[in-house]
Amino acid sequence: MKLTPERRLYIATAAVGAFAAGLLWVAVKLTQSAAAGQEDATAALFVVGLFAVAAAYAVLKPLVDLFVRAPAALAEETRIVIRDSARRVKPVGGVEIQALAEAINELAGRRQSLEEDVAAEIARAQASLEADRNRLAVLMAELRQSVVVCNLDGRILLYNQRAREILSAGVGSELIGLGRSLYAVFERSLIAHALDQVGRRLQAGETSPATEFVTTTPAGRLLRVHLAPVTGHREGDGGDGDVSMTGYVLLLDDITLTFEKENKRDALIQSLTEGGRGPLGNIRAAAEMLNNYPDMEAEQRARFLSVIRNEVEGLSGRVEQASKAYARELSARWKLEEMRGADLVAFAVARVSARCGLPVKEEDIDDGVWMKVESFSFLQVLCYLTARLRDEYEVSEVRLSLSSDGEHACLDLGWLGTAINSETVMNWEIEPMRSAGEDSPLSVRDVLDRGNGEMWFQRKRASHRAAFRFLLPLAQPPEQKVAAAEVARGSRPEYYDFDLFSWSEKSHTLDDRLLSELDYTVFDTETTGLEPSNGDEIIQIGATRIVNRRLLTHEVFDQLIDPCRHLPEASVKIHGITPEMLVDQPPIGKVLPQFRAFCADTVLVAHNAAFDMRFLQLKEQATGIRFDLPVLDTLLLSAVLHPNQESHRLEAIAERLGVIIVGRHTALGDAFVTGEVFLKMVPLLAEMGIHTLGQAREAAEKTYYARVQY
Amino acid sequence: MSKKVLIADDEQNIVISVEFLMRREGFEVSVAHDGEAALERIRADKPDLVLLDVMMPKKNGFDVCQEVRADPAYAGTRILMLTARGRDTEVAKGLALGADGYMTKPFSTKDLVDKVRELLG
Repeated sequence: MKLTPERRLYIATAAVGAFAAGLLWVAVKLTQSAAAGQEDATAALFVVGLFAVAAAYAVLKPLVDLFVRAPAALAEETRIVIRDSARRVKPVGGVEIQALAEAINELAGRRQSLEEDVAAEIARAQASLEADRNRLAVLMAELRQSVVVCNLDGRILLYNQRAREILSAGVGSELIGLGRSLYAVFERSLIAHALDQVGRRLQAGETSPATEFVTTTPAGRLLRVHLAPVTGHREGDGGDGDVSMTGYVLLLDDITLTFEKENKRDALIQSLTEGGRGPLGNIRAAAEMLNNYPDMEAEQRARFLSVIRNEVEGLSGRVEQASKAYARELSARWKLEEMRGADLVAFAVARVSARCGLPVKEEDIDDGVWMKVESFSFLQVLCYLTARLRDEYEVSEVRLSLSSDGEHACLDLGWLGTAINSETVMNWEIEPMRSAGEDSPLSVRDVLDRGNGEMWFQRKRASHRAAFRFLLPLAQPPEQKVAAAEVARGSRPEYYDFDLFSWSEKSHTLDDRLLSELDYTVFDTETTGLEPSNGDEIIQIGATRIVNRRLLTHEVFDQLIDPCRHLPEASVKIHGITPEMLVDQPPIGKVLPQFRAFCADTVLVAHNAAFDMRFLQLKEQATGIRFDLPVLDTLLLSAVLHPNQESHRLEAIAERLGVIIVGRHTALGDAFVTGEVFLKMVPLLAEMGIHTLGQAREAAEKTYYARVQY
Repeated sequence: MSKKVLIADDEQNIVISVEFLMRREGFEVSVAHDGEAALERIRADKPDLVLLDVMMPKKNGFDVCQEVRADPAYAGTRILMLTARGRDTEVAKGLALGADGYMTKPFSTKDLVDKVRELLG
């Protein structure tokens, strides 16, 4: 039976009271005896006193253990459990304290399972997000169209490989990248105008408020740009209120080729229509003269006839030219696939034998032949011809062979025996393909014309073998293309960062902006020596970018430079760049404009930046390129963070901050290390109260190292 | 007295026919093979009608027409433009610049003669 706390209190009070009363009674009696002069009584009183203390200790000790020590220990253990919900407290102390411990354990158990649930939920959400990201990355990579997504400031939040190719093509450096300004590629006013149009359409409540315009890229490509708004609640709006434009999507089509093609086709049509008017007018007039004035002199008549002859000849030539151009145009428009010839033959064997019910054999197949062919129609051709051979010439087996004559793929559809006369071949060629389950309005001739192919009938008398020979255009085996695509796919580039949507650069001046929200170009140079003012030159620039606290290892600038001077042997040992490697590299005057474009709208970061900046500044006058961007130096920042450390060399800092060094002593390798180091420094600086660019610059300027001059 | 017609065209193959036709129709015919020569002949011969091609070397037909119309001395000179360019905007342009008529190649010679007679009415 469990006693209630009240009853335990009564019992304990009664027990302690009875015990104390007993002691008191013994003490009083002994005191009276001592007063009566009994010596033993004094000693007995002393013993009773000792006994009382021992008894008090014996009573209080377990009480303190049970009700003071146990709760204190429980509190400590509970604190541990707060940090690690997998731990449990030990049930010690009194029954109540043990009950409390059990309750705490139960609570910890519930929290643990909740935490596990949350962790599992987060893991699931992350996996789903990751899957979405992968899908998006693949989708973006495979899109034929170029896509760029920007926020309202023109910062790029997403782009795909095709956009990068189109927009950076022929310029020599990357013009687009995450967090970069779109205005490096497109004129600001052009985008502003388009956004204005879209804004009006949004306000007017149009269902598709997108707009389109045509513009040129820095490299002179002609682009059709489709701009559609991205709408949403602006950050800080609290999620309610009006939906407004937060950014926009650009779909880009390179219409340079289409435009050229359309121009060509227009010219073609014009050469036949407008261009035909003059000659026809001349012929008509001359013919009418001959007809209307039969009495004219022979000499005059001869002149008119000559006009007609000349003009007709000219016109014939014109028509001939136009039809050739048209054929070229047509075959260019017909979607020809590039495929391995052996694959086409394998398809053909399966399809022809299934459709025609004849054995089809492969012989002499050249595996190295790649061809351009519209495979669907071409397989129809093979089925159709085989069916007619079977039905009209009782052919019971066909063979396919494949070779190349150097300029064309040669595919033979052969059989034993019967020859076919040329009239039949011609009829088969020009009739619509309707047999063997094929029902095409096209003829063999149509398919061949559109695919830029040819065919004829040939026969080897000695072997009694007959065949239709098809000539098809050759294609390059796509090894290089595949390799390039694999590289792009193998490592997924950081092509998008939607967190940038909510960024606005208008909110702060640069110095007031947080280090954690700025974009950086981290760079390093390799040089012919250490004295820029004594004629040493840059021979390599490597740079990467930090956007939204991420080092973008796919957005790099990596360029060797011809220093136009001797390269000292001593320096080769440091950077490993030999004079041969610099042959045919561009001079600094060509590279600096590209590098400046790469750095646009960012803060420069370098290790011992003063050294690199000095080289760049010495070129300002000659190149007209000014590097007037804010600069942060990891050497100085290291001195700010750890003023008592002896070394602020990049290796030493990297080691201190736990950055693993790979590929040092190439400009790009060092830029990567510097970037990693810088990213580690930002939170450490924040702990020291250095949050903004202005604060970081000010702190760096106060260090001893800031006084070193180059 | 027979009326004077100037044929201004650089293409000999049409000039042969039109020249023959105009003579047979009883006109006094002169020929110019470019725009500048056409202006010279107009000033020298004061033709009653100019058959004016658009695409000519040195000066095109539109410019010739404009210059002729700018000079009141030739207000009575009829201008019939003959051209291989058939876009309606070009027809409108020729008429706006002061041409009295516009014929697009290939034209029927009968229509040409009718038009010439109408203009010289």
